[in-house]
Amino acid sequence: MKTEEVVIGQGNEACVRGAIRAGCRFFAGYPITPASEIAELMSVELPKNQGIFIQMEDEIASVAAIIGASWGGMKACTATSGPGFSLMQEGIGYAAETETPCVIINVMRGGPSTGQPTLPSQQDVMQAKYGSHGDYEVIALCPSSAQEAFEFTVKAFNLAEKYRVPTLVLSDEIIGHTREKLRVPAEVEVTPRQKPKASFEEYRPYKALDSGLLDGMPAFGDGHKLLVDGQLHDERGNRVGHDPKASGDLVQRLCDKITNKSSGLIDVEAAYTEDAETVVIAYGSVARSAFHAVKMGRREGLKVALLKINILWPFPDEVVRKAIQHAERVVVPEMNIGKICREVERLSSDNQDVRSIPKLGGSLHTPYEILDIIKV
Amino acid sequence: MHPIAEKHLRKSALPTLLCPGCGHGTVLNAFVRAVDELGIVDELGLVGGIGCSGWIPVFVNADVMHVLHGRAIPTATGLKLSNPCLKVVVFTGDGDCCGIGGNHFLHGARRNLDLTVIMLDNHIYGMTGGQVAPTTPKGARTQTSPYGNPEASLDASAVAISCGATYVARWTTAHPKGIFKAIKEGIQHKGFSFIHVVSQCPTQAGRYIYGTGDPVELLQFLKKGSVPVAKAKKMSAEDVQDKILVGKLHEDHDRPELSQELYALMEKARG
Repeated sequence: MKTEEVVIGQGNEACVRGAIRAGCRFFAGYPITPASEIAELMSVELPKNQGIFIQMEDEIASVAAIIGASWGGMKACTATSGPGFSLMQEGIGYAAETETPCVIINVMRGGPSTGQPTLPSQQDVMQAKYGSHGDYEVIALCPSSAQEAFEFTVKAFNLAEKYRVPTLVLSDEIIGHTREKLRVPAEVEVTPRQKPKASFEEYRPYKALDSGLLDGMPAFGDGHKLLVDGQLHDERGNRVGHDPKASGDLVQRLCDKITNKSSGLIDVEAAYTEDAETVVIAYGSVARSAFHAVKMGRREGLKVALLKINILWPFPDEVVRKAIQHAERVVVPEMNIGKICREVERLSSDNQDVRSIPKLGGSLHTPYEILDIIKV
Repeated sequence: MHPIAEKHLRKSALPTLLCPGCGHGTVLNAFVRAVDELGIVDELGLVGGIGCSGWIPVFVNADVMHVLHGRAIPTATGLKLSNPCLKVVVFTGDGDCCGIGGNHFLHGARRNLDLTVIMLDNHIYGMTGGQVAPTTPKGARTQTSPYGNPEASLDASAVAISCGATYVARWTTAHPKGIFKAIKEGIQHKGFSFIHVVSQCPTQAGRYIYGTGDPVELLQFLKKGSVPVAKAKKMSAEDVQDKILVGKLHEDHDRPELSQELYALMEKARG
């Protein structure tokens, strides 16, 4: 990878740089700690890049505006934290239902409610998947460094375009505010907004291909006379709420296009898994402490491995099952009450010792805290 | 089918789900006539909220978003800013605009973005079965004000003017020509246009607030109850008090329009 520039910057800054490199030209947001730097930098950078920055009256309006901008033809993004992420849930469901590509960055802070505005958490991981009402699926990526904040934001924009789904970057206060080295690559792979391949006459905006994905996305003004509706709809966009089969088929497809095995939505990194008796599974900033703990364990002669999950949703069931199948013990450190551990338990066998290391209060696990649990 | 309907309605979405005698069809009628006369159907971006009013754009053969309850104005804000060439028209109701979407309404007017917001005001939440709305007259009985509405009603046009809308007109469905003219003017106006249409709801407001479900009686009630703004100026405050003032209420060509400001900013930021 050729590097264009090496900078020292916050994860929040890395998200902005990644978004603009990925083609983001519209940002609507509302100030909230610890995500505000994203809006601030967007307000500086977007106008220089022929883009629009607007500060909306709240997070509800922010997510609505990025959905509108996406249909107007711009790649669009918002960023928030805790309470703001709660307010965005209805809009995230609308974007999922209408298959509107957009990116939502959640710089996670401690909750519930106003909680801990200035300290990190991973408490929103289930809200990311289940926060809006009804059955739907999204994609969520968890960066563990400023470098990954850049790379995963680019990837989030690309996945949003391909899968036509709201895509979440689950950063946290540590990633957002830590200043560290960021190598900005000279070239970035970008998935452009694709126009439909079907002929103008044959094009149906919600007719799915065999993959369950849609054939391109025209913009308003292209002449298709689009109907984008939050009501369950047919291939043309007309409501089908009265038709149980058509309604059920749409909801099934919206979920399957993300969760089916052929979707290819897997991004994990493994270290030392070949002979591991203990597997540590971690994501986001906690994965850094976990990696440190695993390396210390190896130095002590322990057969311990790390599985770092980069795309948290859809959950990489097959990869996790395979990675832990020969392990005696699985350890899951998280800055929450122990949420993803339940996903791991679901994939473990009865004779396996699955240990949650929950951490509340807004501080990161130290490597020793993780190593102690590995050893016990 | 009438040739204008044939030309501009989305046939796959018909029939409409409006009740017999509903005033909203008059607004749909006036809107497609205005669009036809302006010759702008290919430039339209229509955004409907939730409620009876939000369905109106769904029946128009144009680019349409039917969005979340209350969120039509912020969605339209993103749409318009991403492509300022679009003529973006919002269809909203009194509950959608002044209740759940009230905050967005204030800020939409304040920003003076070039949107045309048509608010259909039937004084009630119709689609959900006739509950009290922010525009329901004080004392009126509805399904959720069974002892009479204890709250004061909101004058949406006055709110639009005070927040900075640069074109505000009010008409009733008894004035189809006025609606037609206001929609044309509103779309052509460069800035936030607010068109307030008082519309009859025979099924809910008619039966429960106004004592009749007969649309003709309700239209006559609207006609007799309205006074043109020019005439009202010559009347005593007492005589005007309970009347619906109709006509162009406010127009301002001096305030800058937001999309022009933001696109000009791109040039400035690049230096």
